[in-house]
Amino acid sequence: MTDISKEIIAPPRSFLSQDAIQLFYRLLAALLICAVLAVLSDSFLSLGNILNVLRQASLTFFIASGLTLVVLTAGLDLSVGANVALSACIAGTVIHKTGSPALGILTGLACGGIVGLLNGIMVTALRIPSFIATYGMLWVLNGLTYWYMAGETLHGFPAGFRQIGSGYLFGLPIPVYLLLVFLGIGTFFAQRTIWGQEIYAIGANPVAARLSGIPVARRLLLVYAVSGTMAGLASIIFLSRLNSAEADIGESLTLPAIAAVLIGGTSLFGGVGTVFGTFIGALILTLVLNGMNLLSVSANWQPLVTGIIVILAVWLDMKTRRRAQ
Amino acid sequence: MSDALPIEVTSPTPLFELRGISKEFPGVKALDDVSFAVYPGEVHMLLGENGAGKSSLMKVLCGAYRADAGEFYYNGERVAISSTADAQKLGIAVIFQEFSLVPYLDIAQNIFLGREPKGRIPGTIDRRRILADARRVLDTIGFDIDPSTTVDKLGVAQQQMVEIAKAISQNARILVMDEPTAALSDRETELLFALIARLKADGVSIVYISHRMAEVFALGDRITVLRDGRRIDGVRPADVTPDQLVRMMVGRNVDMTYPRHFADKPGDVLLEVKGLAAPTGISDINIEVRRGEIVGLCGLVGSGRSEVARAIFGADPVTSGEIIFDGKSISGEPDLAARRGIALIPESRKSEGLALLRSVSDNLVVSALRKLFPSGLFDQRSAQRTSDALIRQLRIATPSARQTVGLLSGGNQQKVVIGKWLAAGSKLFIFDEPTRGIDIGAKSEIFALIDRLVAEGAAALMISSEQVEICHVCDRAYVMREGRIAGHLTHNELTEENIVRLGMHHA
Repeated sequence: MTDISKEIIAPPRSFLSQDAIQLFYRLLAALLICAVLAVLSDSFLSLGNILNVLRQASLTFFIASGLTLVVLTAGLDLSVGANVALSACIAGTVIHKTGSPALGILTGLACGGIVGLLNGIMVTALRIPSFIATYGMLWVLNGLTYWYMAGETLHGFPAGFRQIGSGYLFGLPIPVYLLLVFLGIGTFFAQRTIWGQEIYAIGANPVAARLSGIPVARRLLLVYAVSGTMAGLASIIFLSRLNSAEADIGESLTLPAIAAVLIGGTSLFGGVGTVFGTFIGALILTLVLNGMNLLSVSANWQPLVTGIIVILAVWLDMKTRRRAQ
Repeated sequence: MSDALPIEVTSPTPLFELRGISKEFPGVKALDDVSFAVYPGEVHMLLGENGAGKSSLMKVLCGAYRADAGEFYYNGERVAISSTADAQKLGIAVIFQEFSLVPYLDIAQNIFLGREPKGRIPGTIDRRRILADARRVLDTIGFDIDPSTTVDKLGVAQQQMVEIAKAISQNARILVMDEPTAALSDRETELLFALIARLKADGVSIVYISHRMAEVFALGDRITVLRDGRRIDGVRPADVTPDQLVRMMVGRNVDMTYPRHFADKPGDVLLEVKGLAAPTGISDINIEVRRGEIVGLCGLVGSGRSEVARAIFGADPVTSGEIIFDGKSISGEPDLAARRGIALIPESRKSEGLALLRSVSDNLVVSALRKLFPSGLFDQRSAQRTSDALIRQLRIATPSARQTVGLLSGGNQQKVVIGKWLAAGSKLFIFDEPTRGIDIGAKSEIFALIDRLVAEGAAALMISSEQVEICHVCDRAYVMREGRIAGHLTHNELTEENIVRLGMHHA
């Protein structure tokens, strides 16, 4: 009875979903960068360099993957870098004191997770905007780490533990295997579980999500705890790879992780993005930095280039999405 | 549909005239050869269902859209409108439903925003003059308020007055109002009508968009009906009946009586609210809803109806009292109420009911995730199948379940909000103004749906400002006044007069 033709305001969506199209463009961009670098530099395509790129990208990805979930809920976690530092220092101390890497790993993950949970409590129970809550947490964690380390450096860990960050298995660095595992888990969690769906719904409209019966506070707690735990995981890999821990190792981690999330197509307004996109974001970021190193461009230019890529990626996203609507 | 005016008019030339206006968007012809004339000092009602082209016409009028074809005449002279500045120069002002006021500036600053009188020191504003000027404008529309009050302290009706004052201060001769009474109480509506009469007497012409039949006949001097982007007819209120107008709007016969299948005997008590009070200003609320019933919750806007709905659903905290649902006491967040079988269809669909950027399917299954996927594993295809079934059942007009829900019309968006609770298998549906901003065709579909729901053993609590709807649809109704239940009306007592009598303030 209703005249359907007049109610349709826009043509139907194309067969591929908007997310799939965005991912496709990103993969294309990554391949394009690879092609350019392969032409410009002989050493780019060497096995050693490619493995190096993957390993570097994986370190950024671990932090950025948990962060992606936070950003999907329209939040932000600025404390991830500081969290890595504190977790690494505490895990390192535990390994030194007990001699047990397993205990150290568990402590690192737990430390990261607890920090994340505290962030979540500030955001949900205290209703502090996540940007401010985690910004404050950043300072608190830095303060704790500096006080705890008192200028000391932890150095020298058991060979078995060091394998996690610098070892190889069938010719591939172990962090790359971890990357694949967590890429799979993250994608599965976000796309194929009802919790993941609820996280997208919260990011798209938190008020409607709550009035649709989604336990918003509990999901947010989970998301911040996951982000913290992933920072804890990253701390273990850093600790193992660097074979040392200092109070300041987290300082240069947060902003690149946010860059990977944004380049990967996750919207800071929430509800839009994928964990896989963040992986490609981390890859693009690493490829560009790697290429600049290979081409002997001064490291001083790297922040500038990163900034331009972030702005470009977000601008292109907004443009294509606007056109789609 | 011709250029010729269909009815003879007393005034020689129109103040403003559009001829043959067309406007096309990708995939749809929003306006198709629309002609439309406004005479000095008349109230010209613009009628049409959602999507008929009223908003597009309004935007062309105020210069926000550029027409693809057509001509404009002002006092018989051809003019061009290609920007909002052009429209403003011609004295055309639009009062949109969403006001364009700056909340933290005061009334005077809002009225003269961008046109502030300069002070003696360059770069400063003459504060004393701006207040005096604002005072004078407010006086001309009879709005007695201190112009230094900040706008965020004003109610909707008062903000609307400020918008009108702003338009008048710009020497507006044609005032376009988009459903100005949608968010007003009865008393505020009366004040607005008095103001409109005053403006008319001053020779201001008013183009008035409305969904309310009563207003059309109470206010209108002439009526233009749009449908599917075309002008269907121009008539005088005296020459038509409401039914005829509805037929023109929808192009088919619509039953305005919303048939109900009243149950002979209502079922068990599903919801019992005892002595409920909340910090939002409601107290001593006692309500009972049985299976198979549609129970109305009426009263003036601001009498606490929505607050009762939100408190039952757990969306607002409660200070005392008890809510017993299906035999068990409940208290907690909305997720608990939803799990137990309560559904809230909130007043503001766009901001509280839907994730506008997500797909129809995503929105339809969001409340039913746990029920559809008990293992916790989500499956897009299965979600899509569930959505397709709901789309068919509710006759949601959408090209597919993957369409972005924000692109649907208001009525179809409302069906999606209801659909998500059907998917969840809710037992009690709390509707807060379910037909606001929805065209007449979709309205009767939504009422038929509610009727079917309760016939199948669910129950509904329905808030509505449309007393006609309450009287037609509800088995009985509670009337609220100042945060309390002022009275209860059985089916036989349920008349508009009784609702108004119970809901009125005894000043």
